[in-house]
Amino acid sequence: MNVLEIQHLVKEYTDADTPVRAIDGISLTVAAGEFTAIVGPSGSGKTSLLNMIGGLDTPTSGTIHVQQQNITQLTAAQRIDFRRNHIGFVFQSYNLIPVLTAIENVALILQLQGVSKKERQQRAVELLTAVGLQDRIHSRPANLSGGQQQRVAVARALASRPTFVLADEPTANLDSKATENLLQIMQQLNKEEGTTFIFSTHDQRVINKARRIITVEDGKIHTDEQVVPDSATTLAPMV
Amino acid sequence: MIWSIAWRNIWRNKTRSLVIITAITLGIFAGVFIIAFLYGWVQQRIDAVIQTEVSHIQLHHPAYLSSQELTDYMVLNDTLQKALAQQTAIQHHTTRLLSSGMIASAETKAGVQLIGVVPETEIAVTNLHTHLVAGTYLEGIKRNPIVIGQQLAKTLNVKLRSKLVITLSEMDGTLTKATFRVAGIYTTANTAYDETKVFVRQQDLRRLLKAPASITHEIAILVHENGVEDAVVQELGTAMPTLDIATWKTLMPEIQMMHENMSVMTAVFVGIILLALGFGIVNTMLMVILERIPEIGMTMAIGMNTRSIFLMILAETLCLAMVGGLVGILLALVLIRFTQYTGIDLSLWAAGLQATGFDTVIYPQITLIEILKVTCLVILTGILAALYPAKKAISLNPSEALRTR
Ligand SMILES: Nc1ncnc2c1ncn2[C@@H]1O[C@H](COP(=O)(O)OP(=O)(O)O)[C@@H](O)[C@H]1O
Ligand SMILES: [Mg+2]
Repeated sequence: MNVLEIQHLVKEYTDADTPVRAIDGISLTVAAGEFTAIVGPSGSGKTSLLNMIGGLDTPTSGTIHVQQQNITQLTAAQRIDFRRNHIGFVFQSYNLIPVLTAIENVALILQLQGVSKKERQQRAVELLTAVGLQDRIHSRPANLSGGQQQRVAVARALASRPTFVLADEPTANLDSKATENLLQIMQQLNKEEGTTFIFSTHDQRVINKARRIITVEDGKIHTDEQVVPDSATTLAPMV
Repeated sequence: MIWSIAWRNIWRNKTRSLVIITAITLGIFAGVFIIAFLYGWVQQRIDAVIQTEVSHIQLHHPAYLSSQELTDYMVLNDTLQKALAQQTAIQHHTTRLLSSGMIASAETKAGVQLIGVVPETEIAVTNLHTHLVAGTYLEGIKRNPIVIGQQLAKTLNVKLRSKLVITLSEMDGTLTKATFRVAGIYTTANTAYDETKVFVRQQDLRRLLKAPASITHEIAILVHENGVEDAVVQELGTAMPTLDIATWKTLMPEIQMMHENMSVMTAVFVGIILLALGFGIVNTMLMVILERIPEIGMTMAIGMNTRSIFLMILAETLCLAMVGGLVGILLALVLIRFTQYTGIDLSLWAAGLQATGFDTVIYPQITLIEILKVTCLVILTGILAALYPAKKAISLNPSEALRTR
């Protein structure tokens, strides 16, 4: 089953009166359970693409269907509901609310969904345990390493049981050990929970972990191939 | 959760928050203290007017206040006595004979108003006898004792037991003279009063005026507590529709007006303080929003609705305003409490103050209503100051906000 169908997507920004075509006619489908990397150099249009898929931005033309729903026709208020209920976001940075602890950050999104206090507490602990942070649930982001912060962000992204997780260069600020660690957790959640991941990167080590690699250049899809990823056993043990 | 986030957010930039909180604290502190100061000042003048000069209520012949004629008198009949006795709100009342006259010492003379009092009932209604600086309240001198103000004593250059000759007209207009002896000298906060009002025994004045025993020019009434005087006036009015019955507010309209002017003045003063603080808060919150653009973009991205984001900014602004406001109010209350006992002596700065009838030592006071009003205004200022920054925050575009690094 396809969770995502994109047709003839175009995004133009007007920068100082000259239109910039960041996405130039992308068509693409993603099936449930995929572990897909969007790969391309800086400025190739990865963020623009992910933002439109996630309902953060609207395309100039073209359509995006998430679970058969055309999200390009949603109002701003409807897009907020859509994001809350369908998308789990992991950004490069500024993922967490600095004044909230790890568990509060994860539980906040569940509170927005109206989940009862007991239930969101339970799920938050469960997810933080799954990303290996059971000992740090009451730490604030400032007291966590960059890698740990990104793991909290992954737990937060999964908390709302989204249709898929969108991760825009989630490892860009991490060292290689933390990068491998985060990827291993993402792979594990993908395998065990069946969560669909779509992430962008230009880091070769990350690309090597993907099962499908879509390369973009100048807002167009250059290649799109299914691959056999590196074995998870070669990764460093989870800390 | 929103309040908890708001509260913790305040302490992210301690210096900035403390600066604006301190500004709010100082502003509210000053505002509340000024209110208490002015209120105490005016209230003291009102109390003095009531306790020393006019009492709560006065009864006159309807023409007396404008004519000041001896013949515009009231008759102390049964109806009047009964009507007064029936009012349980009345603490005490006293009757007075009034006359204008000329007072002369060996050196000079002056125009005065003679007030013929019954000391036994007068001291239960007015407190002039507590303002004596020398002598007694019409006691110790057998024939024609008189109590005069210190200012007048200075003008006439007389002291205790000095002789004074008073010239006045009898009820029928015939001029007459009598010798009085100074029994006491008083001083109030109102020099103009001290210069013109002299007190004699009612029986002495009655004899001089050749006035019948049953007549009186003025009845002064003290009620049990401030505020009930209007109701008493209404009830007395129905019992005695032919008399002029008025409260201190009508008798001394300038005092009532002063009270109102003070309210307007404090409102303007507090308004200006709050306006200035409001702009300070707006500025602080705009800095906050600017600093947190990517973070706000992230909360929008993960599905926090605009209402929640708006409320979060509002809550944070209110926390700032209320912390500053409450500390300011508390500090002001402490200072008010303290100065309520010690008083604030203005005599060094305001030598001419006493001539206007004001005390030079001010005892600030404030009512719960005023404090609640200020609290509400602080909250209102917080809400208004939050509107623009909060609107800025919710009009951010999440994808652009997230690109801001
Ligand atoms: N808000 C914007 N206004 C103008 N141009 C933009 C804006 N956002 C992105 N772009 C341009 O669109 C192109 C694609 O950017 P982006 O999607 O961020 O690529 P990537 O994430 O792969 O680095 C770039 O040329 C960038 O300069
Ligand atoms: Mg990017």
